[in-house]
Amino acid sequence: MTDSYLNAVNAGFTKTLAKKLGLPQPAVLRRYEPGAPLVPGPVLVVGGTPGVHDDADDVAAALLRWDLDVRQAPADASERWGAVVVVLTGAERPGDVSQAVLAVAGHLRSLARGGRVVVLSRAPGDDDAPAIAATRQGVDGFVRSLAKELRGGATGNGVQLTAGAQVGDPAVLAALHFFLSAKSAFVDGQLLRVGDGPAWDASGFDWSQPLAGRVAVVTGAARGIGAEVARTLARDGAKVVVVDVPAAGEALTAVANEIKGTALQLDVTADDAGARILEHARARHGGLHVLVHNAGILRDKLLANMTPEKWDAVIAVNLESQLRITEHLLEVGGFSETPHVVSLASTSGIAGNRGQTNYGFSKAGVIGHTRAHARLLAPLGGTANAVAPGFIETDMTASIPLVPRQVARRASSLQQGGQPIDVAEAIAFLASPGTTGISGQVLRVCGQNLVGA
Amino acid sequence: MAPRNPAQPSPTPGQPTGGLRDAVIVGGNRVPFARAGGKYSRSSNQELFTAALEGLVARFGLQGERIGEVVGGAVLKHSRDFNLVRESVLGSSLSPQTPAYDLQQACATGLEAVVTIANKIRLGQVESGIAGGTDTVSDAPIAVSEGLRRALLEASHAKSAGARVKAFTKVRPKDLAPLTPSTDEPRTGLSMGEHQAITTARWGITREAQDALALASHQHLAAAWDSGFFDDLVTPHRGLVRDQNLRADTSLEKLGGLKPVFGTRLETAPTMTAGNSTPLTDGASAVLLASREWAAQRNLPVLARVVDAETAAVDYVHGHEGLLMAPAHAVPRLLARQGLGLEDFDFYEIHEAFASTVLTTLAAWEDDEYCRTELGLDGALGSIDRERLNVNGSSVAAGHPFAATGGRIVATAAKLVAARAAQTGRPARALISVCAAGGLGVAAVVESAGGVEPTATTTTTSTETEA
Repeated sequence: MTDSYLNAVNAGFTKTLAKKLGLPQPAVLRRYEPGAPLVPGPVLVVGGTPGVHDDADDVAAALLRWDLDVRQAPADASERWGAVVVVLTGAERPGDVSQAVLAVAGHLRSLARGGRVVVLSRAPGDDDAPAIAATRQGVDGFVRSLAKELRGGATGNGVQLTAGAQVGDPAVLAALHFFLSAKSAFVDGQLLRVGDGPAWDASGFDWSQPLAGRVAVVTGAARGIGAEVARTLARDGAKVVVVDVPAAGEALTAVANEIKGTALQLDVTADDAGARILEHARARHGGLHVLVHNAGILRDKLLANMTPEKWDAVIAVNLESQLRITEHLLEVGGFSETPHVVSLASTSGIAGNRGQTNYGFSKAGVIGHTRAHARLLAPLGGTANAVAPGFIETDMTASIPLVPRQVARRASSLQQGGQPIDVAEAIAFLASPGTTGISGQVLRVCGQNLVGA
Repeated sequence: MAPRNPAQPSPTPGQPTGGLRDAVIVGGNRVPFARAGGKYSRSSNQELFTAALEGLVARFGLQGERIGEVVGGAVLKHSRDFNLVRESVLGSSLSPQTPAYDLQQACATGLEAVVTIANKIRLGQVESGIAGGTDTVSDAPIAVSEGLRRALLEASHAKSAGARVKAFTKVRPKDLAPLTPSTDEPRTGLSMGEHQAITTARWGITREAQDALALASHQHLAAAWDSGFFDDLVTPHRGLVRDQNLRADTSLEKLGGLKPVFGTRLETAPTMTAGNSTPLTDGASAVLLASREWAAQRNLPVLARVVDAETAAVDYVHGHEGLLMAPAHAVPRLLARQGLGLEDFDFYEIHEAFASTVLTTLAAWEDDEYCRTELGLDGALGSIDRERLNVNGSSVAAGHPFAATGGRIVATAAKLVAARAAQTGRPARALISVCAAGGLGVAAVVESAGGVEPTATTTTTSTETEA
């Protein structure tokens, strides 16, 4: 789907006109291209105390290892920053953040198009003292508000370290890498909790092929977001098994052949779906490392008009199938080492949506089982996470009437809908090795849409 | 009748013959078959066969793979499609270095392609191969009359404008009518249905028996679709997801109400209707064959091995044999060479050109006199357990895109014997026969591949744990 308004305000006379009229000016987002730099300029790290070795120094050192041009505040205000990384992990009272926050303020106007602000802080916990809890929770409101102020396709996100996690941990760095990169183009105003996952040997890790040697299964892969997920996982080096209902086999074949994967025609609601998926992945590719529960359907009806067919079908496909397949894999020990399960939730499962009681139930249910599966997969060194897309330009959203569609697009901080690739990038990130400290989380890919905020 | 190949002793069934290695069937793919003028009315043979190949490539991850050879063909073929199979390969995701050639043996094209590939694999000439076929009645070639054709050729060779005009002066108005393709037998002028009507009458096959077999075909095919049997054998095409001709809700009453269309001019009461005959159909199929080593290297499943095949031809022109009776001759010869009896099979896949073709063939094998005089046997070949016949339906229900039928049957049979062997722990065997125009018939034996495949182990484990 093309957003013709977005195209119009980014070129020629209509660009000038939109500016003069003060109309929303959504930017063309910076998206991943192999070989392109991680960030569109030098990276400024703020929050450190000069003369003291602290987390900010560790973060700067990590960024240097990625061959970035890294500066620490205070810095020249004339730079065009590719990203600003704010390290607030040491803040224990509200007053502790002001210096760092105000240091960021001085550089915001010189943030490059598609630039990034990433805030590293500690997650509030149940046992925190009041001042610590206030400080850590305060960061939440700061990040969400700051993200709404950024323009030019820039985004603001946060990484919240839970107890025990250190800024140098692989999962913290993986999250930082993702938020800095073009892969997080449509992730905005989000705070991702990262714990201390098991040790991970990053030597020889190739950031351009993070899934090399991994076998991934994607359900609902014949079209839309699922097809894009399959392409993205394959691009990242995975061998991909694409799954969809037999009736979608023609499109599924095209996806499989495009990405040199294998097609498995299968109804995910079948009793033996988990067994057949496992058999295929093991027999053909020698294992199963990544499982993406993407298959989903819509049967919108106001609850007053809801039929058993419409309710049950949505629950069966969107929720029950995920439960049964994962349950089977866990039961028979079907997962290979350090498995990653990523399930498709939706902002409708967070905020609710009129006419979508069935869909909302199913997608909120996904968030629920994701937390439970995180616990069950932990002994395997694995993770379970959910990705909640907001307004994404697909055939499905193209069927929304014009005015509501335009409103839904502009209701996000990025003033546009996302692309299927944006959801796929988030899933590929959560499926990659080194993210083992990230589990039980719901990552929204919504451009910080007002809905579900 | 003695085996036709005395040089080759009858081997122990289940063992590779003559020191040759096995040719195994990895799997198959086809498009759902469409009724003529239906969903594929704008599809060419090349498009359909490419679609069948693409689904096979996707199922088995063969993208960029150089297959030893791809062999297939079409019965109704445009002259521009002289390299139909190679062109389809070039339009597929297979390596462009995959050789291919066209083969044609009327309705036996697909099965003969399987036999050819299997033989090359067994001889060690290729490690892998794809056999198949395609046909479309909807996109059949239409030729110009002989008079117009001669004029056009003459004009194209003419050296001057005058000579060119002169060439066309010989064209008469009647020459302007196009020639539509005909499946009538060139030597008798009779359609296949009329030929079969004679055979049907000769063997006294009743209308009721034919309708019952047609009903079973529809019911079996519908059940197979419902059970997901075709989930890994068929890939939808152009929005068609199931065989278009399939009528799951048909009944003996409905079939019994149809008017006979063949044999209406015979002395006996006509019995063959549109319901118990195959309709004109569009479709394509492909089967992946390989050496065991090639399959193992690629972690591909092994469903069955091609044991042997035999082709027969009958004299329906001057002799008294029925046009579609050649399989009745091919099967006993094949069984004799393999040391097998007619009862030694778990499945019988007898192509339903017409319901009565199957019934006349079975009747012939049960007939002492016929088997002695026509087949040179000591007595009746025997009868089969009808419960094992075309258990997942056949051409009356699925339709019969001529060259595509062999691939459909072989893939189905291979999957059936593999499942049966996995279930019982003993080898399972299927007998396949396909009749063809020109009095031709091909029979083949496939047998579960016997080897321990990792997939089977996995399935068993998971099932046990589930239980």
